[in-house]
Amino acid sequence: MNAPLSRNWDSLRQSRRDRLARAASQDFARAVPADRIVDLLEAVILPGDRVCLEGNNQKQADFLAESLADCDPARLNNLQMVQSVLALPSHVDLFERGLASRLDFSFSGPQGGRLAKLVQERRIEIGAIHTYLELFGRYFMDLTPNVALIAAQAADAEGNLYLGPNTEDTPAIVEATAFKGGIVIAQVNERLDKLPRVDIPADWVDFTVQAPHPNYIEPLFTRDPAQITEVQVLMAMMAIKGIYAEYGVTRLNHGIGFDTAAIELLLPTYAAELGLKGKICTHWALNPHPTLIPAIESGFVESVHSFGSEVGMEAYVAARSDVFFTGADGSMRSNRAFCQTAGLYACDMFIGSTLQMDLAGNSSTATLGRIAGFGGAPNMGSDPHGRRHVSPAWLKAGREAGGANAVRGRKLVVQMVETFREHMAPVFVEELDAWKLQAAMGAELPPIMIYGDDVSHVVTEEGIANLLLCRTPEEREQAIRGVAGYTAVGLGRDRRTVENLRDRGIIRRPQDLGIDPRMASRDLLAARSVKDLVRWSDGLYAPPARFRNW
Amino acid sequence: MEILTFEYPSAPLALAGQPALCGVVGSGNLEILIRAGERPDYCRIRIHTSARGFGEIWQAVIGEFAAGNAAGGTEIAINDMGATPAIVSLRLVQTLAEYAGERQ
Amino acid sequence: MKRDFNLRRSWFEASARARLAGLLDAGSGKELLPPAAAEPSPHLAALGLPGAFDDGVVVGSGRLAGRPVLFAAQEGQFMGGGVGEIHGAKIVGLLRRALREGPDAVLLLLDSGGVRLHEANAGLIAISEIMRAVLAVRAAGIPVIGLIGGSCGAFGGMGIVAKLCSHLVISEEGRLALSGPEVIETVAGVEEFDARDRALVWRVTGGKHRFLMGDCQAFVDDDPAAFRAAVEALLAESPVDVDELAQLRRQQAALTQRLAVFGQCRDGLEVWQALGVAAPENVPMLDARALVSLKEGLSA
Repeated sequence: MNAPLSRNWDSLRQSRRDRLARAASQDFARAVPADRIVDLLEAVILPGDRVCLEGNNQKQADFLAESLADCDPARLNNLQMVQSVLALPSHVDLFERGLASRLDFSFSGPQGGRLAKLVQERRIEIGAIHTYLELFGRYFMDLTPNVALIAAQAADAEGNLYLGPNTEDTPAIVEATAFKGGIVIAQVNERLDKLPRVDIPADWVDFTVQAPHPNYIEPLFTRDPAQITEVQVLMAMMAIKGIYAEYGVTRLNHGIGFDTAAIELLLPTYAAELGLKGKICTHWALNPHPTLIPAIESGFVESVHSFGSEVGMEAYVAARSDVFFTGADGSMRSNRAFCQTAGLYACDMFIGSTLQMDLAGNSSTATLGRIAGFGGAPNMGSDPHGRRHVSPAWLKAGREAGGANAVRGRKLVVQMVETFREHMAPVFVEELDAWKLQAAMGAELPPIMIYGDDVSHVVTEEGIANLLLCRTPEEREQAIRGVAGYTAVGLGRDRRTVENLRDRGIIRRPQDLGIDPRMASRDLLAARSVKDLVRWSDGLYAPPARFRNW
Repeated sequence: MEILTFEYPSAPLALAGQPALCGVVGSGNLEILIRAGERPDYCRIRIHTSARGFGEIWQAVIGEFAAGNAAGGTEIAINDMGATPAIVSLRLVQTLAEYAGERQ
Repeated sequence: MKRDFNLRRSWFEASARARLAGLLDAGSGKELLPPAAAEPSPHLAALGLPGAFDDGVVVGSGRLAGRPVLFAAQEGQFMGGGVGEIHGAKIVGLLRRALREGPDAVLLLLDSGGVRLHEANAGLIAISEIMRAVLAVRAAGIPVIGLIGGSCGAFGGMGIVAKLCSHLVISEEGRLALSGPEVIETVAGVEEFDARDRALVWRVTGGKHRFLMGDCQAFVDDDPAAFRAAVEALLAESPVDVDELAQLRRQQAALTQRLAVFGQCRDGLEVWQALGVAAPENVPMLDARALVSLKEGLSA
């Protein structure tokens, strides 16, 4: 038998004590003045630390990000950044200024181009590109932060935090950091004597700093109904009649985009006419999309749990607490980790859009010269093999794929695309740009958003392809070609096979669904402008200035 | 700009109506004008498009339209500002229906 | 459905022809130079751009509440409603026809950023001809009524044409000004005017502001039926008013006064406050009826 290991078992706690002592020796109390934040960061962060910088595609700890980028690289360097989204210029500055060297993340959005350049110059080491759930999971495994820099709406004198409607990632980050000897620093928009509610208790938070400006929030989920096209209305009609109604989809998630916004706006009109109220779309894992307001007001929607909030929807959400998750104070409580879990395991359907799809149904939004990542989409758009509970939609899909004796159901993963994007870029391609990107970046795998074998249906203006019913890879390919319109992939179809697939109901045209394309009019949309949405909300929705024309 | 001209056999349209116009020449959109043509079993199409190099796709879209609809005896003029094939197909059937006197 | 929005047609969204269909007595509209008889702009063709059969404006005659009218409706979706040579000639020709035919009114459905830059010289001349023709029609005792509610508003030369009309009907979505927001931002900087702040743009150029300032005589919902009702009401008042010199002098004095009172304001909100509106921040959410009664309260 080996001798018991002789070691110090509380080095993390000791390190934490040392860091707090250094801060105390510089006269830092729990409430830190904004003009001394750089000194605090330099006091409590050590070179080589793993630092979690809160920021998502919605709210951002932007003041702390800028302050960290202003630290002295001679004192702070080799930081290992873990963060959901690399979105702000300051996030990339950390690497360009030599403060940080390694990055584990989920999504890079607008900084994708700068990030790709840093990778090619070997000035940044990317650990991995994750989904949100994977990254949160690793916070509790091998990527636990030493220091977390987070964003909250308000703090009280003790340091309790109110996160406001945009709770988002904060609970997951703080939980991982505070209970593994880490330091939690929160930027807050305001200090209050009494918080509306406590989202994070003070003893999980070490320091708070009131930022000079409220933290940035991107209104990412607002789609102006004025921009929805007739073709999107047509595809939405097909999806509702050919998929939502057929499978009786009640629990679902929608991607961001005009295609799915069109579906949301057809629920009170077209879907209601088909008698589908109460039969589809009752329970959602979804951010508070403004385009969902008419469906909610029409009584379609029973429940919505959200990843985050949406700018301008606060008062509406608070006034519809039967539908949304809200605190005793009335304001929304979102939670990205839980909502992603709901999207993965409790939804019968995901429907979203993509920029490219190949002949196997693999899809990607990655474009050359950018490293973007996919955030939550791969979790939403995948069939979880860990699911065991049954629902009619899940069972029907499972039996279509595996026959009457199938031992498992299937999640419906629907990709909805117009065959050509703007500037006549074909969506259907022989080879995804993701492969070229993989070669250029020296990555292990091509950045694929949704794997083809998870996709159950493809909806285009030409029709719906049900991939569950395809029995061979060749059939799958022809089913995809058969709805790929006038793209080269579509023109390359085998006409006889495609007609055979149509006879078997694997491909269905608008006519097969009893839909006359000429009926696809914007007049079917329950709201045709942002102003209409405000009217539907009884004036409770307050859209950001850029979405208004009044 | 590119000017394309096609002529396809198509089943004769029973009655020739007043000229019909659908759509607007806006970004990603097009206008289509259908009026009576000379040959009863042919459909003639002339396209002005802002997007160059998509002649093959136009040919496929128009060919399918002429084969799938009774559009013989018509002359179709199109002014296009980069509409996708989906929009083109939709506008063609809309305009033809109006020309044939169908009320939507 | 809780609220029936589908019966509501939007003027803002509608094409020029759809607006006319909602404005005129059913079936009464007759186009002059319809698409099948017209030629697209040769200037655009020379630049390698596709034209429109009607060059972006529909002209003709029809009836409104039984009264004969002539109309010109600009199509804002084509080249921003820009006035080119043919486009302008069609409007001028229509106005001259009014002198000959003597309709009860000429309706100008404005939706234009001004001159079409691709044919700028011809467009500039056309706009000055339109201005002159509008004044000639008014001098003949025929009211020219401008209707503003399209996506391009009435800017540049067409903003001036709008102000030469006998009467203007505007919706909240409509905008009326000389220089467009992007032009001001480009010339004077984003500190002077942030063209991307759409709410600000509408507070400064939008229909509500124009109506509160007295620049437009009628304020209506974004609905062809509402525009129709407003024109019908104006026609019933037989609204012929020729600008006499004394009246022009009074207007000039009022504008000078206006500059003195509001010249330092940075935002429509400040102007409305100075006008005596109790809660200016609520103005953007008022419906048409509420705004009209607010205005009546101010004048009282």
